[in-house]
Amino acid sequence: MGDVNSTNLKVLNFDALIVGGGGSGMRASLELAKSGLNTAVISKVFPTRSHTVSAQGGITCAIQSADPNDDWRWHMYDTVKGSDYIGDQDAIEYMCSEGPKAVFELEHMGLPFSRTENGRIYQRPFGGQSKDFGKGGQAARTCAAADRTGHALLHTLYQNNVKEGTNFLNEWFAVDLVTNANNAVCGVIAFSIESGEIAFLRAQATVLATGGAGRIYASTTNALINTGDGLGMALRAGFPAQDMEMWQFHPTGIYGAGSLVTEGCRGEGGYLVNSEGERFMERYAPTAKDLAGRDVVARSMVLEIIEGRGCGENKDHVFLKLDHLGKDVLDAKLPGICELSKTFAHVDPVYEPIPVVPTCHYMMGGTPTNIHGQAFSQSNGEDQVVQGLFSVGEAACVSVHGANRLGGNSLLDLVVFGRAAGKFIHEDIQSGGGCDDPSSEDIDRALTRFNKLNDSASGYEVAEVKRELQEVMQNYFGVFRRGEFMEKGVQSLNEIREKINNLHLKDKSNSFNTNRVEALELQNLFEVAEATAISALERPESRGAHARDDFPERDDENWLCHSLYNPIQKSLGKRGVNFKPSQVEAFPPKIRTY
Amino acid sequence: MQLEINIYRFNAETDAFPYMQTFNFAKPERDIMVLELLNLLKEQDPTISYRRSCREGVCGSDGMNINGKNGLACITPLSQVLKGNKLDLRPLPGLPVIRDLVVDMEEFYAQYEKIKPFLQNDSTPPEIERLQSPEDRDKLDGLYECILCACCSTSCPSFWWNPDKFVGPAALLQAYRFIADTRDSRTEERLEALSDPFSVYRCHGIMNCVSVCPKGLNPNKAIGNIKSMLLKDSTKAVEPIRVIEQA
Repeated sequence: MGDVNSTNLKVLNFDALIVGGGGSGMRASLELAKSGLNTAVISKVFPTRSHTVSAQGGITCAIQSADPNDDWRWHMYDTVKGSDYIGDQDAIEYMCSEGPKAVFELEHMGLPFSRTENGRIYQRPFGGQSKDFGKGGQAARTCAAADRTGHALLHTLYQNNVKEGTNFLNEWFAVDLVTNANNAVCGVIAFSIESGEIAFLRAQATVLATGGAGRIYASTTNALINTGDGLGMALRAGFPAQDMEMWQFHPTGIYGAGSLVTEGCRGEGGYLVNSEGERFMERYAPTAKDLAGRDVVARSMVLEIIEGRGCGENKDHVFLKLDHLGKDVLDAKLPGICELSKTFAHVDPVYEPIPVVPTCHYMMGGTPTNIHGQAFSQSNGEDQVVQGLFSVGEAACVSVHGANRLGGNSLLDLVVFGRAAGKFIHEDIQSGGGCDDPSSEDIDRALTRFNKLNDSASGYEVAEVKRELQEVMQNYFGVFRRGEFMEKGVQSLNEIREKINNLHLKDKSNSFNTNRVEALELQNLFEVAEATAISALERPESRGAHARDDFPERDDENWLCHSLYNPIQKSLGKRGVNFKPSQVEAFPPKIRTY
Repeated sequence: MQLEINIYRFNAETDAFPYMQTFNFAKPERDIMVLELLNLLKEQDPTISYRRSCREGVCGSDGMNINGKNGLACITPLSQVLKGNKLDLRPLPGLPVIRDLVVDMEEFYAQYEKIKPFLQNDSTPPEIERLQSPEDRDKLDGLYECILCACCSTSCPSFWWNPDKFVGPAALLQAYRFIADTRDSRTEERLEALSDPFSVYRCHGIMNCVSVCPKGLNPNKAIGNIKSMLLKDSTKAVEPIRVIEQA
């Protein structure tokens, strides 16, 4: 097809446009559908195929079911500690205190939570949870629908969006943000994957709810679609990304396949063993043991492997033991895990342990936002709202997870901040918020990438470049990091940049062209990978998931702050952490032990 | 050993008719999933189109017809489906093909929407959650886990004949999921909406749905339960039975 430009481009107008049909996007759209605004959700997959569907263990929230005396402030304390003190305390306070309302709403919508004997929502213990500000022992705070909580949540949200008549543009792919002369966001360029039809989706508010980008790594629990499309668009448009060095490696990805095995397994009483059959977490975290923070458990596993106590022929994984829980418990509480384990590890957990290894799982960083989902950039060290741009869920960095997310907090993040952004946008648009029209040059600029790819007559293979990128990230930016290796990694990325800018789109057809989608996704992956690499190299300390063996200590004097990556200068700045919650005293940084 | 992989190809922009394209592929040492095989073939020929997302059997994107039987490519190991050295991959049967292994699922989703797949409860919700006993919650097991992959409905001859009128196993399973939910207060209305001769009564117990469901669910049982509930009210039973006898 010939080049598309601002003169022959179709325009669709909306009040609010949500990019991404996962948990956060559909929670925001649900709020907006009820508001009567002209809203659309654009999703590159049918919404129930989004990665939220893979969340297993649950949604952490102090709903006082397992413990009638549970307190959202304890949840807040755990989350602040889990974040290694760079989670924003105003946002964490908002999430933990609003959480119960958001979870009860999900139940009222029909989410099939598992139940306790007295009919309330079932809660299980998860890592990093405590009672009484760390002094009262292990809490059980994660609300669960067996081990399929994400599936139940995503389907419930889709169902309620159907009920409210949300306008879905399914299997549409967002290419780039359209920004005007004031650097405000006026919508996106997007195309229908089915027909190839391209359009400018103009909106007063554009919400990036595009999830994570775990596919920058070769080994990840993430779906194949987790390519950081929203963040890629934001970075290309020059908007900053926060805390991009913070990637969570989940302790229990199935060895070889990468599929997630929920932390709920350890919550229900499972534990990790090394080749000597030793429950090694007792050494690393004497109190919380296997339910220490994920960063702590993942590092302990890698150390066991490095020190020669790994399992299997190559001594490159450890075992997750569940058989002592018995068939009845496994069938009732962890049926999905039994299924996954049989399929991908050829092991029935009723009889044998599951081979597991730390696997890239979650992006704590993202587009910096406030609790309303409004995106920020910085000028002269001051936060500045980006007009028209919002972000929620894993794509955003609000930041409730800081340097390490606690299990079960991602689903809570999705619904609390999806809901908050929906409410805010409703009021904002009613009070006349919005942005000036973009010029034809602005629109043409946003079409450049799409047209260049379509015009490519030669160049690099998408699959090859992707593999190269994933290997660099896996090798140089994994669980443990070191300056000299990361420098090599950054250098390799510089070489890959050239290839990314010159990909060859072999298939030029319009109808369901997945070659085109994968090429555009790869370019997004690259933007995220580069931001990750530079942020990791430029943060000379160890905090949360960012573990450097050349800087093994936490450096509160210099780095008790967010990192802010500037994609134009490819440089790293700092942004203050919020220590001003409104209802409680701030939790001051302490040594973090479990 | 060389594998012979035959893939259904069709691109409306260039092909007048669909055709089967053969790929020869060295059998991998490890027993890989059909989806991994497709991903490897796509590296050779990037024009092959199919849907995929989670690659672990929970999102329902990659339902397709694998050597004659519907299933999810991502959780189907080659060893389970190869016939000798041959593998035929075709789109889910009965729905219009958009391209290659990608089908137009609009009719499937329309049936899902028709059964009002959302909880309806007319009472004001309490401050906390609505209570439900574990026994009542157990009634949803085997129902709520559906991933909408369409393997069942597109293996059902009744759905092939009447995709616009017969609700089909997937959506009927969800219809029963809400009927069975003690928190839903519209059971009567839901049954009434299914009481015509087509919506549920076109199920003739062929059981293909049960045989192909990649999640091990049993739509046939759910349909049976719906029929029993309808039959308890004889006024609703009269017409459908007459129609079935005529058919």
